[in-house]
Amino acid sequence: MEAQLQELKTQALEKIAEASTVKELNDVRVAYLGKKGPITDLLKGMGKLPAEERPKMGALVNVVREEVTTQLEARMVLLEEEAINAKLQSETIDITLPGRPVKTGNAHPLTRVVEEIEDLFISMGYEVAEGPEVEKDYYNFEALNLPKGHPARDMQDSFYITEDVLLRTHTSPVQARTMEAKGGEPIKIICPGKVYRRDSDDATHSHQFTQIEGLVIGEDIRMSDLKGTLSVFAKKMFGDDREIRLRPSFFPFTEPSVEMDISCFKCGGSGCNVCKKTGWIEILGAGMVHPNVLEMAGYDSKRLTGFAFGMGPERIAMLKYGVEDIRHFYTNDVRFLSQFQRTEL
Amino acid sequence: MLVSINWLKDYVNTQQLPPAELGEKITRSGIEVDAVIDRSHGMTNVVVGYVESCVKHPEADKLSICQVDVGEETAQIICGAPNIAEGQKVIVARPGAKLPGGIKIKKAKLRGEESNGMICSLQELGIEGKLVPKAYAEGIYVLPKDAETGSDVIANFNLDDTVLELGLTPNRADAMSMLGVAYEVGAILSEEVKLPEISYQESADTAASMLTLTVDAPEANPLYVAKVVRNIKVQESPMWLQQRLMAAGVRPHNNVVDVTNYVLMEYGQPLHAFDYDLLGTGNITVRHAKEGEMITTLDDAERKLSAHQLVITNGEKPVAIAGVMGGANSEVSDATTTVVIESAYFESGSVRQTSKDHGLRSDASSRFEKGVDPNRVIPAAERAAQLLSELAGGEVLSGSVVFDKVSKEEKIVKVSPDFINSRLGMKIAFEEMLDILNRLKFTTEAVNGQLVISVPTRRQDIQIPEDVIEEIARLHGYDEIPATLPEAETTPGGLTPYQAKRRIVRNFLEGAGLLQATTYSLTSEKSAKQFALEKTETTRLLMPMSEERSILRQSLLPHLLESVTYNTARRMDSVALYETGAVFLKGNDELLNEQEHLAVAITGLWLDNSWQGEKKPVDFFVLKGIVEALSAKLGVELTFERGQMDDLHPGRTAFVVLNGQRIGVIGQLHPSEQKARDLKTTVVMELNLAAILTLETEALVYTQVPRYPSMSRDVALVLSKFVEAATIENVIRSAGGKLLKDVRVFDLYEGDKMEEGKKSVAFSLTYFDPEKTLTDEEVTKAHEKVLAALTDVGAELRS
Repeated sequence: MEAQLQELKTQALEKIAEASTVKELNDVRVAYLGKKGPITDLLKGMGKLPAEERPKMGALVNVVREEVTTQLEARMVLLEEEAINAKLQSETIDITLPGRPVKTGNAHPLTRVVEEIEDLFISMGYEVAEGPEVEKDYYNFEALNLPKGHPARDMQDSFYITEDVLLRTHTSPVQARTMEAKGGEPIKIICPGKVYRRDSDDATHSHQFTQIEGLVIGEDIRMSDLKGTLSVFAKKMFGDDREIRLRPSFFPFTEPSVEMDISCFKCGGSGCNVCKKTGWIEILGAGMVHPNVLEMAGYDSKRLTGFAFGMGPERIAMLKYGVEDIRHFYTNDVRFLSQFQRTEL
Repeated sequence: MLVSINWLKDYVNTQQLPPAELGEKITRSGIEVDAVIDRSHGMTNVVVGYVESCVKHPEADKLSICQVDVGEETAQIICGAPNIAEGQKVIVARPGAKLPGGIKIKKAKLRGEESNGMICSLQELGIEGKLVPKAYAEGIYVLPKDAETGSDVIANFNLDDTVLELGLTPNRADAMSMLGVAYEVGAILSEEVKLPEISYQESADTAASMLTLTVDAPEANPLYVAKVVRNIKVQESPMWLQQRLMAAGVRPHNNVVDVTNYVLMEYGQPLHAFDYDLLGTGNITVRHAKEGEMITTLDDAERKLSAHQLVITNGEKPVAIAGVMGGANSEVSDATTTVVIESAYFESGSVRQTSKDHGLRSDASSRFEKGVDPNRVIPAAERAAQLLSELAGGEVLSGSVVFDKVSKEEKIVKVSPDFINSRLGMKIAFEEMLDILNRLKFTTEAVNGQLVISVPTRRQDIQIPEDVIEEIARLHGYDEIPATLPEAETTPGGLTPYQAKRRIVRNFLEGAGLLQATTYSLTSEKSAKQFALEKTETTRLLMPMSEERSILRQSLLPHLLESVTYNTARRMDSVALYETGAVFLKGNDELLNEQEHLAVAITGLWLDNSWQGEKKPVDFFVLKGIVEALSAKLGVELTFERGQMDDLHPGRTAFVVLNGQRIGVIGQLHPSEQKARDLKTTVVMELNLAAILTLETEALVYTQVPRYPSMSRDVALVLSKFVEAATIENVIRSAGGKLLKDVRVFDLYEGDKMEEGKKSVAFSLTYFDPEKTLTDEEVTKAHEKVLAALTDVGAELRS
């Protein structure tokens, strides 16, 4: 019986080693260790043995059973691991396939420029002021030192609706309205918005475009403050190493008036196609608020002074992003719009 | 204004500055130089030739074979110009010559005949066709007989010149003349200005003996000077004068007209020459026109005059529109022997109005409009008389016929140096200020520490102390102004709640996958009211540029849909755009009611994950989802009600409601509208954004996170096809009691397994008690009430 037991053990261990899947191994378990298996049979058959042999034989059967169990479990761990590995192997994906698309949109490039300018001036303590696009002649012209009959307010250049109402030709009426509303108090505002002029649409002209203007009124506001403010703007907007230069100019609502150039952000001033070989790019117009404009809005121009500036987001966007045709901003070609998605920080 | 530097040197020393450098100095101190134009265009090897003989080319009708003496030799040159003739002095580009536009002249054979060079027109020397004298406009230019054969054309005919093109701002009318520019350059370079010396022989007879003058409109014409020059010979002007005019952008005509134009350019004072004999009456009367009176102007146009327009007459009929254009009936011609030279001060408003009335802008009117210098009216007349006596052999009658009521006084401006420095934020020394004013030729006195400045009448733009600040600052140099920041109290700055929420809306929509578009506010009659939430009378421009852009829009959608079509026409099938902007409704006062709206238009696939086989076209519910999420984001309660709107699908349109007001619409485009716009299934939305953003939202206070689990029960119902989910939801909610926390549709089936006219809708109900864990019995009790209520309204429970 002992020999029979040893034979069984050898057989079982062989079968365990031969089993190549979890299922086969389970079959082996059932075959040898199950209730109907030979080892159980042997244990059951112990009753027939003489009483003095039973403990010895019992111990022997237990040893064999334990050894078979141990081997089987060890083999089981191995086979399970192999099975998992095989499963994982079969589950391999092609990670080069594209990801599940996330829907993304983005702001219009003009909004992007306007918001950048707004935020910059907000950080310097400015508020954002807005006003109507259909405006009274008074706020659009008269309050800005452009009396009736002034050449710069020709009917040919503006979209009039009645003799006294027109589509605003600049965002300056927002300044006039704010001054009137503030009743002689200091002001620090930035005014973005759409404006309209009687121009035929082509690569550089648009009958509708955007403007952003700024106005500061306070005690002892000096022309040097205008220069300092514009310099901060130029550096933040176009890069720390930008220099600015002011050139004399003329606007009816400012005196003195200036135009501001910045050193070319592409070539740094050595001359390239962006700056037309001059090293400088014209960015905005500005000046000290004309005393007539202050007085008309009820300000004491002896006590309070101010500066104003204005620029065109289209021009800035065209320069910044290299856009060659202003009409792109109003065509809404998604191949154009979607290019303004990524940050530039 | 085109400024020939060679001409400018007559009046001011330009210190031999290279033209570009001079231009830069002018730009930096106040007048923008738009272009620096080299009149020689780098031309070489262009000489005076003498045409010794000229015969027809045997092989070509239009060509001539010329033997041309070019100094060193006689060269055979083939010429195609119709006006070539033997005995002419002509401009010859020799082989090897370079001409404008990169043209190089080589020896060539034309129809078998050798050609050694080219006989040139002025256009070929880089002069604009419209500036070439009419006689030579269609052919070669013929030089004066005394031009030296073989000599260099560039050097001898003033083509070695540079022209500065000034971009003048409206305030600098003083720089619309060579003398004005000379004063500016003199101030910049600290150089004196040399005025032309005027002297000529006067006749014993007086102008007054031949001409009488009446001015009946002294307001509009406070100064009128007329000189009479007789025995003139009308002919071509000398080459130097023609070249100066062409450099200034003026076409030469004949010596009389050229002299008036030359003085116009020199002094900025427009002149006019009448043929004395054609005037016929020996009288000039300046008066307002009679209503309906007619005149034929120099451009051969017959013009009807109005009573507010000023005319020059011969006492009987108009002979010129004052300050705008002369009349054909008194035009100087080759036959003219006696001329009347008019120099006058016409009031600017009157000329501007008349020039606008007739759509006529001339070199003269553009100067009168801005106001001429009253102190130059008489000198300009004298200068013209001098030039006519020199260049046309004229006999100038002594004296002038004058009407003079104009003020020639200089404006006095007082300003303190402290005021100047405090406004600029810098320290400019008093002496420096005096020096600058002196350079500008402003007579300045220092009185009690104040600058008392007498401003010459040529600078009518200087009126107030701030104008003087600009003069001092620009000539001191804007670069010298320091950069400071306002010293006033700092203010917080920022966006208003409305503006901040607008940005939140934009960011939300962009995060949802929409691209921001910007379209035009002006539209056509046809599109003005389409999709408008609130239709009011349209607003039309007085003078639109086109019908397409004549009316203010009342909805953003028509243009947004045009943008969608633009993209789909370019094979971008899935497009999702949004726009925020104003629509323009009739308001209560003269201004319009401008409402900020938000519009969205989406077409094509909303979900497109091609390789995973997930594709979902856009539908109504995409937009409804966006509005729902947006309303949650903004904390406003928006509801939806079924509705209809023109051009939207009648069964797939809903109005968006805020506090009982319709403030928006969502819908699928009507199939016929889709077809008209060449679109596939497209959904649109427009909201009155202002109505939403002006609402103040409540403070946000958190509700406790549930501590006890909730339980859910599902119920599937068979309903009539026309029963809306929201109706059933309301039944469920009102029957569910306080334990019912949420109701959600989770399935909809309308397929062929359903009875005709029926659909199956499944709801998931969530029960929850914040105080304790619910028992099964409690939930069942509540749920049975719901089921009973559903049965009551005729819903059939599906097993």
